[in-house]
Formats: sequence, C-alpha cells, structure tokens
Amino acid sequence: MPRSRKSPAPSGQPAAQLPREGEFVDENPQPEIGAATEASIPPTPSLRAVSADPIEADALARAQAGDHIAFAQLYSLHKKRIYSLCMRMLGNAAEAEDLTQEAFLQLHRKISSFRGDSAFSTWLHRLAVNVVLMHLRKKGLALVSLDEAMEPTKEHTPARSFGAADPSLAGAIDRLQLERAVATLPSGYRLIFVLHDVEGFEHNEIASMLDCSIGNSKSQLHKARLKLREALRASTPAEAGQ
Amino acid sequence: MTEEQRLQSCAEFQAELPDLIGTGQTMSLHPHIQSCENCRALLADLETIAEAARQLFPIEEPPDELWTQIEQAIKKENSNG
Repeated sequence: MPRSRKSPAPSGQPAAQLPREGEFVDENPQPEIGAATEASIPPTPSLRAVSADPIEADALARAQAGDHIAFAQLYSLHKKRIYSLCMRMLGNAAEAEDLTQEAFLQLHRKISSFRGDSAFSTWLHRLAVNVVLMHLRKKGLALVSLDEAMEPTKEHTPARSFGAADPSLAGAIDRLQLERAVATLPSGYRLIFVLHDVEGFEHNEIASMLDCSIGNSKSQLHKARLKLREALRASTPAEAGQ
Repeated sequence: MTEEQRLQSCAEFQAELPDLIGTGQTMSLHPHIQSCENCRALLADLETIAEAARQLFPIEEPPDELWTQIEQAIKKENSNG
C-alpha cells in the first residue's frame, strides 16, 4: 500500500530519492550504526539546496559557507522536530536533550557535505535517527529493547482478538491520547512503531537500521499497534465499554 | 483460495495480518473480513491507529539553554581544530 508519507518531510516537501529495497542510506551517506561518526565525504557546498522554504534554503547555503548565525537559524527551524523525534524514540527528556545536541553537532560537522540530492529535512532527520540508534547500540539498549519486542514477556504481549466482538475505537483517536499510549509502549515496540508509523520509514529500512529481518519488523509493528489498541481502549472506558 | 480465506479462523487471519497490512491489498475485500465482524473491527482500529500516528507532529520544544550548550560544544570543537 502506498504510504501517504513515505519519508519525513516536516515542511510538506516530498521526500526525494527514496531508498531502494535493502538500502537505508540516501545520497548523502550517514554513518552506519556503530560506525565512526566523522563524515568522510569531501565538502561540496550545495548550490541547489533542496528546500521548499526559501528562508531555510538561504540559511542552509549560508551555514554551509560557515555562517554561524545561519546555522543558529537552521537550529531554530528544526529543533522541535529533532527533539520530538528523540523524545519519542527514547522516552526520556535528559537523553533527548543530549542526543538533540549530538545531532546538531554532527550536522555542524557535516553540513558542508550536504549536496542537496534529497530534502534537507529528510537528510537531517536520518542523521538524527542514526544518532539515536548509535546511542542505543552503545548503551546496549537497542538489543535489549528489540529482544524485549521480539519475545515480549506475557505481561507485555498484546492480546489477540478472538471470540466476542471487541469494542472498537470508533474510528477516531485523540492525538494526545495516542502520544500518551505510545509513551507507555515497551521500548522495543515503541522504537519500531515510531520509526514506521510516525516517522514514515519502510520495513526494509527499519530492518537495516535495527539489524533484524523485514518479517520481524512487520511482526513487531503489528504487535505494537495491538498494544496501542489495548491502551487506547483502556484509556477511553466510556466509549469502549459501550 | 477465496473459500479457504472465507473459512479461515480468526487466529489464522490475525496471524497473517502483519504481512497483509501494508501490501496494497484492499483488506476490506478479504473474505474473512467480510464475514467476521470482530476482525473487521480489529482491522479498522489498526488502520485508525496507523493513520493517527501519521498525523502526529513534533510537539516537544527543547529547553532554551540547549542552544547555548550546542554553541559551546561547537566552539570547543573549533578550538580543538
């Protein structure tokens, strides 16, 4: 099924140059998980920075030329999105701050290597996702979390839906309610749900990022949605009970 | 195939759901969905959740002092060459 949002594009710009099957890194390679973080690409300042927003395009071009104020402008434009991504993936404000800082530090190191082959926001977003995943790998949390998702404890296993008809969510979910439910997911489920359903990554990309099979990614996403369904129904007893 | 799908149990259908969702198939036409109210409700909910997730926007503002910290870290990197 074609995704309505194939790849992150906060300003509404289409995600350019989607990766092919089995590919994760776009035309502006980011470090693999666990790889060295320094860019190895020679600086090639962009003359055709991709941005639907002229303010961003201007700031980007100037930041690539070393303008610190322009870099601060880019931070202002993207801080909320990057910080929110970190918060959703980590569920922890202190870590989210540290990794937002790390993501923008990496951006500062690599900005001159951005060639404009994809939307800047997409490129920055992938850089931030890699920063978070590398952090989780370093801490050993990704493996623990993923194992947890792969083989959830009975307590965490979403209930299957057999027998009597379940009360449905009636086709509407409050955004805040969903945010709260996502925050309560076990970390492995949360990671896959956020990457796929919120951030728009494809299963082949997630499999590559998390070093698991595509089947596992699909299966864990399904379980994450089932868990969310349980949580959402539990949080709306008035409607769900009727 | 269709008769087999129609006769599928809920357990069998739900075991296949992770692979079925997102394949481009119109799930509402699946024989089991057409004959099973429970699985129809389940599917509708899962699709609603996925759709709602796509509508989630960045909501968190980092603290103001974070930029100061980033600036300091950039200066430190620059001074270290």
